[in-house]
Amino acid sequence: MANTLEQVFREEYGRIIATLIRISGSFDLAEEALQEAFIAAVSKWEREGPPNNPGAWLTTVAHRKLLDALRRERTRTDKESELTYEASRLRQFVEPELFEDNVEYSDDRLRLIFTCCHPSLTREAQVALTLRTLGGLTTTEIAHAFLVPETTLAQRLVRAKQKIRLAGIPYEIPSLERIADRLAAVEAVIYLIFNEGYAASTGQNLIRNDLCAEAIRLGRVLCELLPDEPENLGLLALMLLQNSRREARVNKQGELVTLEEQDRSLWNASEIDEGVNLIQKALRLHRVGNYQLQAAIAAIHAEAKSADKTDWRQIVALYEELMRLTSSPIVALNHAAAVAMSEGFEKGLALIESIGADSALQNYYLFHASRADLLRRLHRHDEALVAYATALSLTTNEVEQNYIRRRIEEIQPQ
Amino acid sequence: MKYMLLIYHDEPSWDALTETERQQVYLEYRTLREELTSRGQFLDGSQLQPITTATTVRVRDSKELVTDGPFAETHEQLGGYFLIEAKDLDEATAIAARIPSARTGTIEVRPLVETAVPATA
Repeated sequence: MANTLEQVFREEYGRIIATLIRISGSFDLAEEALQEAFIAAVSKWEREGPPNNPGAWLTTVAHRKLLDALRRERTRTDKESELTYEASRLRQFVEPELFEDNVEYSDDRLRLIFTCCHPSLTREAQVALTLRTLGGLTTTEIAHAFLVPETTLAQRLVRAKQKIRLAGIPYEIPSLERIADRLAAVEAVIYLIFNEGYAASTGQNLIRNDLCAEAIRLGRVLCELLPDEPENLGLLALMLLQNSRREARVNKQGELVTLEEQDRSLWNASEIDEGVNLIQKALRLHRVGNYQLQAAIAAIHAEAKSADKTDWRQIVALYEELMRLTSSPIVALNHAAAVAMSEGFEKGLALIESIGADSALQNYYLFHASRADLLRRLHRHDEALVAYATALSLTTNEVEQNYIRRRIEEIQPQ
Repeated sequence: MKYMLLIYHDEPSWDALTETERQQVYLEYRTLREELTSRGQFLDGSQLQPITTATTVRVRDSKELVTDGPFAETHEQLGGYFLIEAKDLDEATAIAARIPSARTGTIEVRPLVETAVPATA
């Protein structure tokens, strides 16, 4: 029972709130109405069992609560300007014939996504708002996931909602000339949520694993709403393919396992299938982008039966394509590592060293770790040890630190 | 909604422009103003005299303190403003992006606090 409710709540939250916000013009009123509907559902469903269509039931009740609240507010504070704004929206709204009808306007969720990820909000605010409204996560859950005090997060949300209202951030789908930029911001927010969950995953913090699931769910919503945008498909594919390796990435001791050494039987086959299908579909749209290329690379890894069956030449080609799109030194680093695997360690090492010569990578742990790995493979152990030591000093992540220590032990002269 | 578009620019580089270049910028400004006026979106606006003409006033303990100079020394200086009517922030930023100084300086977009309008019926 509690499960049904929680599940329905999670799944329906973004859908319902998006429409409530459009009707009321207020994030706060919408949240309150949905909260009230949720409370009503708990007591009624406990007595009578859940209705046939719990989502529709919640929607109907939430709409009624909202309309009641709007009428109440309207009579009470007719003089307040805010209310004239909300009241004008109310007038446009025709009370729907509810229950079994589909009262969702799918465009509402799209409006909501674009508003939450509006460029005039900070990235932190965009992430918090997206998780709170579209994802239906509580303030507490989001605060835990991002390791910030709950009061800080609550403040962040209050300020963001205030800015939306006072600065007049629109609640609409951006115009054609803006949509590409805005969509990129939405994708960045979703991928950031995913990475926050993925990068720190030690297999212990369940809430963080939830972040990956939530990002994937949001990615699905985006694909559902804008299915012809290849980067949306690419992003979802990328997240699924990365997530498919979750179980294999960390061993029982909580240690990081490199792609090469992972037990591929632990990879999630259904996520791989879905990811591979999605990336193929995306590439057929012939508008290649960042996420698609990264997903294509992940797909090649996913389809290799074993590490030494990896098609490194194709991976190198994809990284070259990626380097044409972004000037990220990290992409260049990955490209060099792929070259090392396909054309020889010496060649890869030379490339890595040339990238490191003139970039900020000198302070980046992965640069030194990658360089050290190649030196190790070339049996230049003394140099490898120095590079590993530098890498070790540049990361605070325990899992990464342990990985490097393990490598150092392996090659340290006894 | 009403928005104030505060136009910040680098005064020395503005001064360094030739007269022809400056006239070109003024022309662009005029065109934008006329277009906004014809749509009823231009409420007010002006170029400001350079910061060398600025005076700062503070009242502390009922004493008036008048000093030379702008309130804060900044990398870019407030050089003018537009007060516009726009339906939302996206429209306001789109207008801000068309201000010629946006290409070299910075436009700060600030919504006005609008006082309540008494509701009718």
